[in-house]
Amino acid sequence: MIEAAASMSALGLGLGLLLGVAARRFHVETPPIIDEIDGILPGTNCGACGYPGCRGLAEAMAEGTAPVTACTPGGRDVALQLAEIVDPGGDGDAALSDMADEEPHVAFIFEDHCTGCMKCFKRCPTDAIIGANKQIHTVIVDACIGCDACVEVCPTEAIVIRAKPRTLKSWYWEKPQPKFGAGAEEYPA
Amino acid sequence: MTLPSIASLLRPSQYFTVRGGVHPETRKNLSSESAIEDMPIPSLLRIPLQQHIGAEAEPMVKRDDHVLKGQLIGKARGPVSANIHAPTSGRVIAVGHFAAPHPSALPVPTITIRPDGEDTWGPRLPRLRPENATPEEIAAQVAEAGIVGMGGATFPAAVKLNLRARYDLHTLVINGAECEPYLTCDDRLMRERAEDIYDGIGIMARALGVRQIVVAIESNKPQAIAAMQQFDRALGIPSRVQVVPTQYPMGSEKHLVKTITGRETPARALTADLGVVVHNAGTAHAVHLAVRYGEPLISRVVTVSGRGVKRPANVRVLIGTPVAEVLEHCGGLVEDPDRLLLGGPMMGQPIQNRRVPVVKGTSGILALTAAETPDRDTMPCIRCGRCAQGCPVGLTPFELNARIQSGDLEGAVKIGLLDCLTCGCCSFACPSNIPLVQTIHYAKGKLAEEEGRRHQQEEAKRLAAARKAREEAAAEAKRQMMAKRKAEMAAKKKREAEAAARAASAETPPDQAPTSQPQTAQAESTRDGGATQ
Repeated sequence: MIEAAASMSALGLGLGLLLGVAARRFHVETPPIIDEIDGILPGTNCGACGYPGCRGLAEAMAEGTAPVTACTPGGRDVALQLAEIVDPGGDGDAALSDMADEEPHVAFIFEDHCTGCMKCFKRCPTDAIIGANKQIHTVIVDACIGCDACVEVCPTEAIVIRAKPRTLKSWYWEKPQPKFGAGAEEYPA
Repeated sequence: MTLPSIASLLRPSQYFTVRGGVHPETRKNLSSESAIEDMPIPSLLRIPLQQHIGAEAEPMVKRDDHVLKGQLIGKARGPVSANIHAPTSGRVIAVGHFAAPHPSALPVPTITIRPDGEDTWGPRLPRLRPENATPEEIAAQVAEAGIVGMGGATFPAAVKLNLRARYDLHTLVINGAECEPYLTCDDRLMRERAEDIYDGIGIMARALGVRQIVVAIESNKPQAIAAMQQFDRALGIPSRVQVVPTQYPMGSEKHLVKTITGRETPARALTADLGVVVHNAGTAHAVHLAVRYGEPLISRVVTVSGRGVKRPANVRVLIGTPVAEVLEHCGGLVEDPDRLLLGGPMMGQPIQNRRVPVVKGTSGILALTAAETPDRDTMPCIRCGRCAQGCPVGLTPFELNARIQSGDLEGAVKIGLLDCLTCGCCSFACPSNIPLVQTIHYAKGKLAEEEGRRHQQEEAKRLAAARKAREEAAAEAKRQMMAKRKAEMAAKKKREAEAAARAASAETPPDQAPTSQPQTAQAESTRDGGATQ
């Protein structure tokens, strides 16, 4: 018995040491830019960009294989910040020209179709879905980032992504479009 | 004569006036001679749960409940919020959503009551004797009554009464300027209820612990000035009625304080930093009713005016009355109005839906005909600088407009976008009809929305981190559980081995040891193992 315990402990200790040494010996230096990009990304690992989590996207972006606009839940704001890091000195707006100032989106659950399977509940990266087994689930609009993760796992296709409903807090007047005004190009030369 | 006493003889308002400002036609004569009338109970009341700045109230009733007049139907949530009470007795027919009295007409949480026509009072709030009450008790009573600033800003009044804890306050200014054209509700209230208003002022002064009171009224309201002067010696605290020049935006709290004290409130600071608190005359009346009679804020005086209205009037309406019914009470519309506004013509908001309710901050309902609204043919900016001359906070609206129109919101913030009151003087003064204040409205709204989105992104990050931490903790707990179980298994095996060894040693010396003994020992050790697990 004692021999068994001793041998197992020795094995564990030895292998642990080996791992520790290997970690030091074969340490790969990650470029600090990856950490920086990772810090700006939402960190929800939602997978909407198609890369394995935010870290994966950060690596791809540092390599230059992913565009700064890849993070859709982050939107224009995150993309602008990323453009500054990835391409300092470059014109942030140029990289973003293909990215419209998109309306924020959120998930919505059709209650008639929800079976209360808890699949989306487990998948949501921001805990924005509430519900219990065999109980209709619902989305907390303020916490949802509209990442699509729940839509993919729903077995009854009860979840759709739709534009975030406007509230009095997020409503604002349209920009007036005067015939003449500030834009110099509108003046006759 | 000491220097302070000479200084007290000087009235700064004689020497100081606000920078900029405009003089629009007041057109107050449309409604200024009609006495306040009570509107009969309407057929339906729609009471939004958010009628104030701050957090939305929490509904306290459900569908089919019977409510009595003055009953609490929405409870304040958080430190900056306000209670909401049933304006009359009746049945709650819905607790849901209805269009807000706002240009967007977005649905907001609303309680709909069908009045039973009895107008039965429920239990009122306990009355206070302000002479014996502590400042805290007065503020609590005002909070309980759901009183908000009646000038239109709708900031919870009790929060402002509690400022004495943080600031050294010396002056209470009562804002009776009513600088917006058309509006006459404060004017009428001061003429007809001067004594009640003065009582309310005294109560507020007691709650705030101020040393002097100034009631500021614009010079175009001589009857209100005379009425209020009758009572200005009735209080223990030195008080006076101060006539201020008729100029828009005199009713802006910071500009009023500048006119009265000669001191300018720093940008993005409160007038309380100067030791001055400003309350509206209508708020003082509501405080009087709440403290003396225990009546919550369930009605307000609304000016219904504009040339589109058949019979302009000042009407005391219940909170939640549909705008259409108020207009009908005033004889209806003579013609289809060019604009229907809630509030004054300078800062009021246009509405499309006439079924929206009157709320605590609705000072006026204006039906303006095309002849009364400005021409909307925009011409190029001619760099005349009238907008900059008219701006009461010293901004350059033409430059703000240029930056916003070219999408440079940060640039606009740098030149003071956030200090803009959106008073509308620039648009009023512009000879080219450039929608300056409208552009600023857009920019401010957009900035606020972006700020909200940024805040939400940070929240999402926090939520994701919390989830990750929770998952890691769960995995860690699982690992520990496994390790524990492994250790138990090992301990059990060890005990078994020991028992076997003991049995073996017991077996060897006496040759006739029974063979069943090791088996029982093993069984016992299994039972022990079970107990420890």
